Amino acid sequence: MSDHPQAPEKHVEDLPEATILFAGDSGDGMQLTGSQFTLATAYAMNDLATLPDFPAEIRAPAGTTYGVSGFQLHFGSVHIRTPGDEVDLLVAMNPAALKVNLRRVRRGGAIIVNVDAFEEKNLKLAGYESNPLEDGSLKGYHVIPIELTKLTREALKDSGLNQKEIDRSKNMFALGLALWLYSRPIEPAIEWLSRKFAKKPDVREANLQVLKKGYHYGETTEQFAVRYQVPPAKLKPGTYRAIRGAEALALGLLAAGQKSGLPLFYGSYPITPASDLLHELSRLKNFGVMTFQAEDEIAAVGAAIGASFGGNLGITGTSGPGVALKTEAIGLALMLELPLVVVNMQRGGPSTGLPTKTEQSDLLQAMYGRNGDAPLPIVAASTPGDCFEAAYEACRIAATHMTPVILLADGYLANGAEPWLIPDLDRLIPFRPPFVARPNHESNGHEAFLPYARDPETLARPWAKPGTPNLEHRIGGLEKQHETGNVSYDPDNHQLMTRLRAEKVERVAREFPPTEINGDPEGDLLVIGWGSTRGSIEAAVESARKRGQKVSSLHVRYLNPLPPDLGEIFSRFERLLVPELNNGQFVRILRDRFLLPFVPLNKVQGLPFKTSEITAKIDEMLT
Amino acid sequence: MADQNPKDPKPKGVKPAMPPGVRPAGPKGVKPAMPPGVKPAGPKGVKPAMPPGVRPAGPKGVKPAMPPGVRPAGPGKKPAMPPGVRPAGPGKKPAMPPPGGGDGAPRGLTRQDFATDQDVRWCPGCGDYAILATVQRLMPELGVPRENVVFISGIGCSSRFPYYMNTYGMHSIHGRAPTIATGLKAGRPDLDVWIITGDGDGLSIGGNHLIHLMRRNVDVQLLLFNNQIYGLTKGQYSPTSEFGKVTKSSPYGSIDYPFNPISLVLGAEATFVARTMDRDPKHMKGILRQAHNHRGASFVEIYQNCNIFNDGAFFQFTEKDAKPDTTIFLEHGKPMTFSRGRKGIRLNGLQLEVIDLTDGAWSVDDCLVHDETSREQATILGRLFQQPGLPRPFGVFYRELRPTYDELLQGQIEDVTRRKGPGDLEALLRAAETWEIH
Ligand code: SF4
Repeated sequence: MSDHPQAPEKHVEDLPEATILFAGDSGDGMQLTGSQFTLATAYAMNDLATLPDFPAEIRAPAGTTYGVSGFQLHFGSVHIRTPGDEVDLLVAMNPAALKVNLRRVRRGGAIIVNVDAFEEKNLKLAGYESNPLEDGSLKGYHVIPIELTKLTREALKDSGLNQKEIDRSKNMFALGLALWLYSRPIEPAIEWLSRKFAKKPDVREANLQVLKKGYHYGETTEQFAVRYQVPPAKLKPGTYRAIRGAEALALGLLAAGQKSGLPLFYGSYPITPASDLLHELSRLKNFGVMTFQAEDEIAAVGAAIGASFGGNLGITGTSGPGVALKTEAIGLALMLELPLVVVNMQRGGPSTGLPTKTEQSDLLQAMYGRNGDAPLPIVAASTPGDCFEAAYEACRIAATHMTPVILLADGYLANGAEPWLIPDLDRLIPFRPPFVARPNHESNGHEAFLPYARDPETLARPWAKPGTPNLEHRIGGLEKQHETGNVSYDPDNHQLMTRLRAEKVERVAREFPPTEINGDPEGDLLVIGWGSTRGSIEAAVESARKRGQKVSSLHVRYLNPLPPDLGEIFSRFERLLVPELNNGQFVRILRDRFLLPFVPLNKVQGLPFKTSEITAKIDEMLT
Repeated sequence: MADQNPKDPKPKGVKPAMPPGVRPAGPKGVKPAMPPGVKPAGPKGVKPAMPPGVRPAGPKGVKPAMPPGVRPAGPGKKPAMPPGVRPAGPGKKPAMPPPGGGDGAPRGLTRQDFATDQDVRWCPGCGDYAILATVQRLMPELGVPRENVVFISGIGCSSRFPYYMNTYGMHSIHGRAPTIATGLKAGRPDLDVWIITGDGDGLSIGGNHLIHLMRRNVDVQLLLFNNQIYGLTKGQYSPTSEFGKVTKSSPYGSIDYPFNPISLVLGAEATFVARTMDRDPKHMKGILRQAHNHRGASFVEIYQNCNIFNDGAFFQFTEKDAKPDTTIFLEHGKPMTFSRGRKGIRLNGLQLEVIDLTDGAWSVDDCLVHDETSREQATILGRLFQQPGLPRPFGVFYRELRPTYDELLQGQIEDVTRRKGPGDLEALLRAAETWEIH
């Protein structure tokens, strides 16, 4: 190329949206590459959704299929609701990454491969009998072989770094190239590298050099005839940032603490994919957030209950197996009628299941997984950014209704990211917990404190903090006598208290806003969803409506109690479809409640719905 | 046996053998001695008093490791504290009660003020009654306002305790009282938190929490009522039941080897380890007072007679005739003698042995002198457990001042807040790369 100092002009093509997937060994830095591409995409003002997909093993043997780590990103000038059904560009750092992810690539899609990694050993590790780059098995894809390792080594031969360090930078080559290919700004990545390696100038320089090398490579090589451009999306005006669900959830909890004046106490035991919430909150010491890494799941929830008893807002976060261990304690909180927020970042189950994969299969556990008649409110987050509001709501309900609340999110929400319109804190409605400072009862001229005398509206009991004179009282897991809270084995009292506890939870619904319908208020088919399937469902409904189908959807945030207007809405549609990432859970709750013929659509693969999977079901139901 | 009194009390067939010719012991000699120069400890939650017998931390060179960002303590004065840790700082400090009556009780509170209107429902004759009475007698003397006292229990006969204390209280779930107490105390260091547990609750189902409470050194008192049996579930062997014990669930004898609770918590890095007994309320009260005044997690094992399912399990140590020859009462700085001064304990290599002080071969000077601050010595003393010929120790085995979990947690919050400034949520929401859409 030396005799062509001026690179040939590339043809620039406008795209409304695109999906890119970076995949490589878990040591190849694919998550970093993906998140840097995300950042650049946010700067390019596209709407976006991401799906990190990493192996359960921290460092699985290099080159194997079970060690493959991926980061998928869907971005566009249009409203982006999912991480993308089909991949337009796969960047495969080795044969295993290709093997695992090829099925996601759209026919005719592009695949950038690091040819240097396609040697005998790696091919064998990935389970290839012959080299897919040579045996014709990639026919129908646009394969772009690039000597990533060699080019990186060449670029850094004078860097003074050793071979291992040099090879580790090759993901920056891939990033640079991808940024160029989709006309993303390179500056955010430059800034980030400069910050990250501020103390290691040689590593910083090397990475910057390789990043730029990758960017310019696209410019100069003849392997790319076309370069793409994705114009800015039309988003609501305001200030945006990219946010992951775990971050949004932590911020929502914090906002709830600030708006209620309740100090937060977060007890947790490390578990995938909920640990990030512990990491986020443990950094917020200067907000007064107390975090407690407990000896086990039970201690985590026990400490949160103890904190709530002391007048703090006790929160515990975990995933399904952890909720199983916390079950008895959640029942205790329910009996004590103290606030408690239990965050369940759901993952594939049962048992240890699929720790790093997403699923919605803990709904019935949340609903029924306790001994005795033990209803509690359940709130579900629907997008990474929505974790903020869902967390705020869970705290509000817990602290104003004096009850444990289960907040359902999942691995996809926790790790997925989207552009987030930074909320206006002034628009969050503050809430006041029912603290008491004085005895609430008088008989025969004697003042007394009745810990279970209820608020006539909400049926919440008063919250008396230890340290308050004259309110000394004892509570516990044994059945309580109505109002006095004394231990009681009286049959009628038990029935009364069981009813009151249930009624208290039912009354939470009085505060729910009207359920929003996506689409027309009536029609042939209503798609009913909850949790992280929102993006796929709404994208599917949008596509169906474009094709003239009379389809609407609604997304249920409050899973228990259910919003009071659902029955009326259901009556306006001919057919009812309930897609879920489980074997049919919400659909059972709905059938039980409404006795209507809800049709399930279930996917239990550890992956989110593809839009096409839902549209296919819609088509089937409407023909 | 609070919920339903056992209907089929089976008196124990095997009585502990009494050594012959043992005369009853006098009530003297069980007073916990206050070494000279040590100020009596102040009430908990009021002032970080140095417990009796505790040398100030620092000079010993056992500096507790500090989390990063935590300044070491000033020279030798106090237990090392992280910065920002208030020594029962202002604001959260419970109001200092006005001087009370002759017993030092605040506001003239009496034992009755700590009793509730609930019927006490332990079996008649149960050792729990003596413990309850002792605690209720002690409370007014501790100078802690009643509203600042919290009793947390798990499940079991002993765990009914909070219902009978007119303070704040929680009767929680099986084995989990330490977890609840940890969360409570972490968020409310101003409170005086007591945990009531038993050998099943604390050492079996809740064993994990017990050891972690100890290593974290949460500033609470944990009273473990050890009756070596499951009472509430009507008589199964417990983790402290002796090997071979015949119970309803071990008709051919238990094949479980028992825990030695003292050794267990010493291994768990406990900072206050003591043992007392239900039949010696005076000793119990002294020990509980010291436990209360200790800054950190205090572990007190109380031998408690379950007269229904395990009657006499500890009679060899608690009954007047046997006690002098089977027990030794530890006092800081005092030589270890027992049997009314006729016998002593000597350290021979790493073994303890009984020496006769009456025949002139040995004198008191040969006896081991008790040092509550020596972990090594406490470890050896803790092994005085089912060793034939050697007495069972009662009193404070070990005491150490180490920053408490609640202090560290609050201190870290204050320290980070000081360094970073109070958190600003608005700014935090924007603490990322942001962009504007117009
Ligand atoms: S410990 Fe024994 S004597 Fe005491 S209440 Fe329980 S069963 Fe009855």
